[in-house]
Amino acid sequence: MTQRYDAVVIGAGIVGAACARECAQAGMRTAIIEQGTIGGGATAAGMGHIVVMDDSPAQLALTRYSQLLWSDLASQLPPSAEYETCGTLWVAADEEEMAEVLRKQELYRSAGVPVEVLDQAQLREAEPNLRPGLAGALLIQSDAVLYPSAAALHLLNQAIEQGADLCAGAHVLHCGNGSLQLSDGTTFAADRIINAAGALAGALTPGLQIRKRKGHLVITDRYPGFVRHQLVELGYLKSAHSVSGDSVAFNVQPRKTGQILIGSSRQYDEESPGIESRILTAMLDRVGQYMPGIAELSAIRSWTGFRAATPDKLPLIGPDERDPTLFLATGHEGLGITTSLATARLLADHFRGAAPAIPLDPYLPSRFAAEAAHA
Amino acid sequence: MSLSFEIVVAGGGPAGIAAAIVAAESGKRVAIVDDNPRLGGQIWRGGLTPSGETKEWHKRLEACASLITHLPGVRIVDHPAPRTLVAEAADGVAFTIEYGKLILATGAREGFLPFPGWTLPNVMGAGALQAMVKSGLSVEGKRVVVAGTGPLLMAVAAYLRHAGAKVLMVCEQASLGRLARFGMTLARDRDKLLQTLRYGRETISIPFRTSCWPVAASGAEKLTGITLRQRRRQWQLACDYLACGFHLVPNTELASLLGCRLQDGFVAVDETQSTSVPDVYCAGEATGIGGVELSLLEGQIAGLAAAGRHDQSRTHFRARSRAQGFASTLAQTFALRSELRSIPTPETIVCRCEDVPLRDLLQHTSWRSAKLHTRCGMGPCQGRICGAATHFLFGWNQDSVRPPVFPARVSTLAHFTHKLRDNDFEAKETQ
Repeated sequence: MTQRYDAVVIGAGIVGAACARECAQAGMRTAIIEQGTIGGGATAAGMGHIVVMDDSPAQLALTRYSQLLWSDLASQLPPSAEYETCGTLWVAADEEEMAEVLRKQELYRSAGVPVEVLDQAQLREAEPNLRPGLAGALLIQSDAVLYPSAAALHLLNQAIEQGADLCAGAHVLHCGNGSLQLSDGTTFAADRIINAAGALAGALTPGLQIRKRKGHLVITDRYPGFVRHQLVELGYLKSAHSVSGDSVAFNVQPRKTGQILIGSSRQYDEESPGIESRILTAMLDRVGQYMPGIAELSAIRSWTGFRAATPDKLPLIGPDERDPTLFLATGHEGLGITTSLATARLLADHFRGAAPAIPLDPYLPSRFAAEAAHA
Repeated sequence: MSLSFEIVVAGGGPAGIAAAIVAAESGKRVAIVDDNPRLGGQIWRGGLTPSGETKEWHKRLEACASLITHLPGVRIVDHPAPRTLVAEAADGVAFTIEYGKLILATGAREGFLPFPGWTLPNVMGAGALQAMVKSGLSVEGKRVVVAGTGPLLMAVAAYLRHAGAKVLMVCEQASLGRLARFGMTLARDRDKLLQTLRYGRETISIPFRTSCWPVAASGAEKLTGITLRQRRRQWQLACDYLACGFHLVPNTELASLLGCRLQDGFVAVDETQSTSVPDVYCAGEATGIGGVELSLLEGQIAGLAAAGRHDQSRTHFRARSRAQGFASTLAQTFALRSELRSIPTPETIVCRCEDVPLRDLLQHTSWRSAKLHTRCGMGPCQGRICGAATHFLFGWNQDSVRPPVFPARVSTLAHFTHKLRDNDFEAKETQ
């Protein structure tokens, strides 16, 4: 028997859960399909950094908008979501990077993001476990951290409270033209299908410009106070945005538990989920260069995950022009936790015909279709 | 620092010792890597001695000692490249160990089941309490109850009594009928019967109850009493220590990291003790819980096979299959009864690293889901305790094993960088 919905969301990662919540809150009859664990894909593998980033004006607009949505939601999040506004310190190693700090300061200010520049001594005071001699840092006070899987579950639970149905344990065999077929024999008919399957989205919707970008993370035992802010090297921008090749960057996060999450790495076209010593050790080496004392701490786990990366570092949000029933909410690469709420709100506004808080155009999937047509 | 050996044995219990000795007797350079300070594993914790049951192995070890390097207090934490292990010593120093052949003799740990109060101070693993007494804890005059399942309970009770404890009772969850059938098997085996009678002499005056198990432990700051159940009867007993052990759980983490195939929770091996990974062997409790005798036989077979002496290894096959018969009897006798699944209450802590109560786990259908959403198994024990408990309670299986196999310093995980980078450059140049 076919079940009918206004909207069916594929994938209960943080993006899918947020979309289901917005659809349900907008009064749409909503279902969400998850083949595995709620928030168990890239959501579980990610750091959970709510961060405003300025790689492009569109990225700045989306991350800032979403950060404000998180900030509004924060008081409703359960303790398990471990939400904490610890701020981000973009660490400048030398004077050249300090110049970048000042440039970013202007940019963030113009976007209304409160920032502060720390000099060498202030950075030392703020983070005594960083190595001496670092030039300074840019502090983004409003950045936060959270535990993504628990946050995704909360968003999903809110969707369910608003009447959404969860269909767990089966995967989608086929979707398009208003219908979905599941591996357990269920079929759905929907006015709108939202593909929020992350790095797997391309398997359901061929032709998407999404590549898997693998990352490694390590977590330590509990050392409360060892790290106080999310710390990221400014060089991260170079490594995060290099379009090819493997890269690592110093990126550590204090968890509410007192644990320290250590990253980060980026690799294209690596399909195996296993830990690669070559990457893990290069990453930990890089971290040790900024924070030598971390070497003595006890590491208890490591893992990997796959980001869904697009060529221009912006997600795919909105209608797929080839199918009037199909919508995309994927391609968030390393910013899915941050931008999940804005993604969902922009889609819901689009469905309602309401004016979006920020222009949707830069994220429309059609931008790549247009490119392909010109090529 | 980097060490290199023809044969590396991971684990210094009976299986590992036997494997290392026969390999060294065959002229191989061998290392035994063991996380305990002394050889002997859990069962021969006192080490090998010139007299008593370890006499023969002590003598043989002495004779080939020049070929065996013992690395005590060392944990293998990673397997970053073929034939290479990263290890960390107790002082935090990391080094790599390269091997031609690897014999896994990683043994087993005690199984625990959660029940109300099991996390109170002085509720301990039976083997753990025995080990603490061996390290100097006094139980002189203390009232101790030994509970759980398996042949180790009597051994622990005998030991504690010998150390001056008042062992009030041994509670075995298995039924008398099952134990009687187990006894019949023992009676066919002279050595095991004698060993049992020895324990019997020491424990003859200790009340031994079958089909009996703890349902709760109580006390404000530490244990003051327990509630026991036998069939429909339930009663309380004041005590100072509860030594609990629900049989043994194989240590298969390193084997999993290496990619060895597991079967029914144990490392799968062929007749030469070879795992599914070339040049990696496994012997002892990690291949099936079978006791010292089987471990020694498997260790010898693995050691001889790794040393290339296949004909010699075959001479132990018949004895091994006899001992395996005992192992399967053990498994049948001490299988946990399903009633034990209903002892924990919704409030009972299941994951003690992260304080996760049973209530939180009931909403999940898999280990991964429970782990992600409740933190169960995310603590420093890496699920070694709650993983086995949730396997019994819910039938869940744990995730794949990733480095570090044991918590290790960040610098240890990063240890391999320079060497690997050098290799990388070489690889690039030749492309």
